[in-house]
Amino acid sequence: MAPDRSPWFTGTVEAVHVETARAKTFTLRLPEPLGHRAGQHVVLRLTAPDGYSAARSYSVASPPTGEPTIDLTVERLEEGEVSTFLHDVAEPGDELELRGPIGTRFAWDPSDGPALLVGGGSGVVPVMSMLRLARAERRTDLVRLVAAARTPADLLYAAELPGPEVTIAYSRAAGPDGRPAGRLAADDLAPSVAPGQRTFICGSSGFCEAAGRLLVGLGVDAHTITVERFGPTT
Amino acid sequence: MAVTRGFTGRPRPERDPRLPPGQYDAGDDWPVLHVELVPDLPPEAWSFAVDGLVATPRTWTWDEAQALPRSTYSGAIHCVTTWSKLDMTWVGVSVDLLLEQAGGVRPGATHVLVHSHTGYTTNLPLADVTDGQAWLAFEVDGAPLEPIHGGPARLLVPHLYFWKSAKWVSRIEVLDHDQRGYWEDGGYHDRGDPWREQRYHGD
Repeated sequence: MAPDRSPWFTGTVEAVHVETARAKTFTLRLPEPLGHRAGQHVVLRLTAPDGYSAARSYSVASPPTGEPTIDLTVERLEEGEVSTFLHDVAEPGDELELRGPIGTRFAWDPSDGPALLVGGGSGVVPVMSMLRLARAERRTDLVRLVAAARTPADLLYAAELPGPEVTIAYSRAAGPDGRPAGRLAADDLAPSVAPGQRTFICGSSGFCEAAGRLLVGLGVDAHTITVERFGPTT
Repeated sequence: MAVTRGFTGRPRPERDPRLPPGQYDAGDDWPVLHVELVPDLPPEAWSFAVDGLVATPRTWTWDEAQALPRSTYSGAIHCVTTWSKLDMTWVGVSVDLLLEQAGGVRPGATHVLVHSHTGYTTNLPLADVTDGQAWLAFEVDGAPLEPIHGGPARLLVPHLYFWKSAKWVSRIEVLDHDQRGYWEDGGYHDRGDPWREQRYHGD
C-alpha cells in the first residue's frame, strides 16, 4: 500500500519563540492539518546542497486543532546537527521537510479517560500537547501533569504550564511552593496518582526509568505506563 | 529532497562503507530508546517460547535456553533513529535452531510476530529470521546483555533496523500472514531494511 506521492511535506517556519536559554519553539505552517493525536511526533529532515540529509524526530507541542500549523519545541544539543541548525540558522520563511504523524501508544485524548502525564526536561513537550488538549476541551479533570526541570529558568512553557492539575519539581532549585531542590520523588507523584489512569512518561532514559519505578512503587501497574525516551541521538 | 537553506550538516570527510544511507556512527555511545520500563526478569521469571505455525510449539526455561549451542554475530547494528554501532560481537542461539527444536515451521508459514515480556511486539518476514540471520542473544562484546539493552535476552536481527531486535524477547509466534507490531502499527516499516532506508510505511 505504498502511497503514490512522497510522504514528506513542507513546513514553513512561521514564528520562532524562545522558551528557555536552550529551547525554542518553531511554529510551522503545513499544507494541511497534520491530523495528529496529542503526544505523537514528526520527523524533520534537513538536506545539504550535496544531497546529504539528516533527520530527527520531534514531538509536537501543540494539540490537534484542525489548523494547518504545528509547534515543535526543540532543545539545542551542542553536538546536534539538526537542533543546532534549527536554533542558529532557521528563521521565519524557511522551508523544512516533515513527515508524520508517527507513534501510536504515546498518544492521548479525553475519550481515552484519565491520564497521568510525567515529563522531565524537554520530555515535557509531548505531555504539554496532551495538557493543552485537555484544557482546550475543558477536561482538565482527566489529567494530572508532573513536570521536572533543573531550575525555574529551565522549565518549558513556564508561563502557561502552572495550574491546579500541575505539579512542578525542580532538581536544583527550591520551588515557589517551598519544595526543596531535589530529584523527582514519590511524594511529588503520589497526589497525582489515581485509579484507572494511563500514565505517560517522557524524558531522558534515566528520568523515565526513575519515574516509572517510583510509580510502580506507588502501586501503579507497569503495563499501564507508556514511556518515550529522548536518547542522546543527536 | 529539497535543499534546506543554510544547512551543511556535520563534517563528513569519508563515509564508512559499513554505514547505510542516513546513518551515523554512534562510536562508544549506545542510545536507549525503548517504550517500556526495564522489566525485572530474574532467571526464574524468564521464559522463551516458539509457537504458532510450528510442528511442536515449545517453551524454554532460562537454564534450558542457556544449554543450547551458541553462535556469534560480528558486525554492525542500525537504529532507525539514524545511529549505527559498528564492530559489535553478539553471542546467542540461532533462531534456525530454535525453530528446528520446535519441529520446524508448518506449511503456509510466512511471517513471525515477536513478543516481549513487556508486551512489546514487532513483525518480520520469516525469511528475515532464518538462514543464520537472527539470534536469541545473551551476550554482547564479551559480557551478559545488560537489562537496559534488553537483557537477559533480546532478539538480534542485525540486518534490519534495530526496533525489530525486540528487547526482553519472550516469544516468536509463527504466522501465515503479516501482523503489525508496536512501531509498525505506529507508522514504521513492516520490513525495515536499512540499506533501502525502509524507515516508515511507504519507504
